[in-house]
Amino acid sequence: MSSLADSVTITTSNVRGQRHWLLDASIRVVKKPVGLVSALVIGVLVAAALSAPYVAPFDPIAISIETFQAPNTTYFFGTDDLGRDMFSRILHGSRISLYVGFLAVCLGSLGGALVGLISGFAGGWIDMVIQRIVDAVLAFPGIVLAMSLVAVLGTSTTNALLAIAIVIIPFQSRVVRGAVLSVKQNVYIEAAQTIGATPQRIMFRHVLPNVVAPILILISASLGNAILIEAGLSFLGLSTQPPEPSWGLMLSGTGRRYMEEAPWLAIFPGLAIAITVLAFNLLGDVIRDVLDPRLRGT
Amino acid sequence: MTEYIIRRLLSAIPSLVLVSIIIFSLVRLVPGDVVMARLAEGGYADEEQLAAMRAELGIDRPFVTQYVDWGSKAIRGDFGESLWDGKPVLPTIVQRMRVSIQIAIMAIIISVGIAIPMGVISAVKQDTLPDYGARLFAIIGLSMPDFWLATMLLLALTLWIGWLPEFGYFPLWEDPSRNLQALIFPALIVGYRLSATASRMTRSSMLEVLREDYVRTARSKGLQERTIIVRHALKNALIPVITIFGGLLSFMLGGLVVIETIFALPGMGRLALNAVLLRDYPVLQGTVMVMAVIFVTANLIVDLSYAVIDPRIRYQ
Repeated sequence: MSSLADSVTITTSNVRGQRHWLLDASIRVVKKPVGLVSALVIGVLVAAALSAPYVAPFDPIAISIETFQAPNTTYFFGTDDLGRDMFSRILHGSRISLYVGFLAVCLGSLGGALVGLISGFAGGWIDMVIQRIVDAVLAFPGIVLAMSLVAVLGTSTTNALLAIAIVIIPFQSRVVRGAVLSVKQNVYIEAAQTIGATPQRIMFRHVLPNVVAPILILISASLGNAILIEAGLSFLGLSTQPPEPSWGLMLSGTGRRYMEEAPWLAIFPGLAIAITVLAFNLLGDVIRDVLDPRLRGT
Repeated sequence: MTEYIIRRLLSAIPSLVLVSIIIFSLVRLVPGDVVMARLAEGGYADEEQLAAMRAELGIDRPFVTQYVDWGSKAIRGDFGESLWDGKPVLPTIVQRMRVSIQIAIMAIIISVGIAIPMGVISAVKQDTLPDYGARLFAIIGLSMPDFWLATMLLLALTLWIGWLPEFGYFPLWEDPSRNLQALIFPALIVGYRLSATASRMTRSSMLEVLREDYVRTARSKGLQERTIIVRHALKNALIPVITIFGGLLSFMLGGLVVIETIFALPGMGRLALNAVLLRDYPVLQGTVMVMAVIFVTANLIVDLSYAVIDPRIRYQ
């Protein structure tokens, strides 16, 4: 009985000891001070975005006669030329930035991972053709490609999101392909082939789990960039359209027009973008350190 | 070496053909066409007149015919004429390219001046106050949108000095002082953002090289730390940094669109943006093709420069 109890204890402790690597990595990320602070900032931003309709003191698109109010206790970030509360607009703007950032990066990474996986795993002419297409897409400056795609799809937040996702695909696919080529050399792949596993099974069950780390590193590094591209497209009038409250749009419209008379219109939306992107970049650095120990401290 | 260059140039041809097909297809997928865009500016035309206008511009022909016609001319450097003002596309691109290239070169000079010393100090003094300061400076640079940085700079100049720089472009050879005055602020902003990327790369590359055996050997020989860093470590650490600059140069030609818009500069990015908005197919196709050629050439120059920095690299 006692030996059975011992074995049960041992088994349980083994299960406990073998914590999923992703959970383990997350714990290591938040144990670092920079990781914790940036994760907290992102947490606050996500909470603000989700609760914006309930916590924003005013309707973000409601016009009032209180135009150009400097920041005060009623209007924390002041009001714009149409008397709209800037604090409420920035809170609602976080919804657009985070929605576009997260979804564009997820879609782009998914697409890129699939392309990279197929290219690296198949090899031969399939790899050659895919890589030439990737080369061609990489020859476009990202913003020009995004601009052209938005022109084709039409100017809207969702179309900007799709355009950013397409811009991310070639970068992600290159990284995944490189990782796949290295994983393919391992003996366990050869073993899987020997026991007759189908190429699809080898690709998704044996190769994919081993290239998740570089995918996650690139996702964390791309989030800030995706938010910056969206803000840039909004600034150029190619993403979210007025009167929707987008951070980039706020800066390009009233922010720049009334820069001298009402500097808060330019300061707060830009600050919101900078803090958000900074938090994502810092978290990305910590995730990279944790998932790729070779780069730790570099 | 010559054989290598020729082989590299030949291998770029399929990519350039693909770029041309992608951009040619993309612009034709844009809803509406230049005729509709022109009408949107004012005026009315019935179906017959619209068809006549499309026939005159040659945009009613089948896709493949249009592509072959355009491609055969493009190989000879003839990108056609703008559908809006009828001006030949290539001279317009060349004119706009001067502005973007000047900003790019100025920005690269500024960023090299900031990034390399900062990256080296950061690596040599790893995990000390200067290192933390340099890393913070870099990550802030990566996180601030360039259009906000530009707006804040203009705001600071207006509020504190009561002065604004010249807007627009003045050719360097005709009016150097106004030219520099107009371009220095855009170049500073772009340069700062570039230095953020480059200093991070210099730092990580230096850290890797400083752990190499030959650096330890140099130290044990009793060489001065300065000589070790400059002659032994930095030279070897520069290869990834140069790769970044090669990529950035081509990116900047189109990627400066936002900065060009803020400072009213007639560069390549704005040319591409206007072409997208006005459905000016020949201009957009020509601009993207020139950017792609520059991208390929810049990457080739970067690859060749490796051999200059590291004599162990030989091209066959």
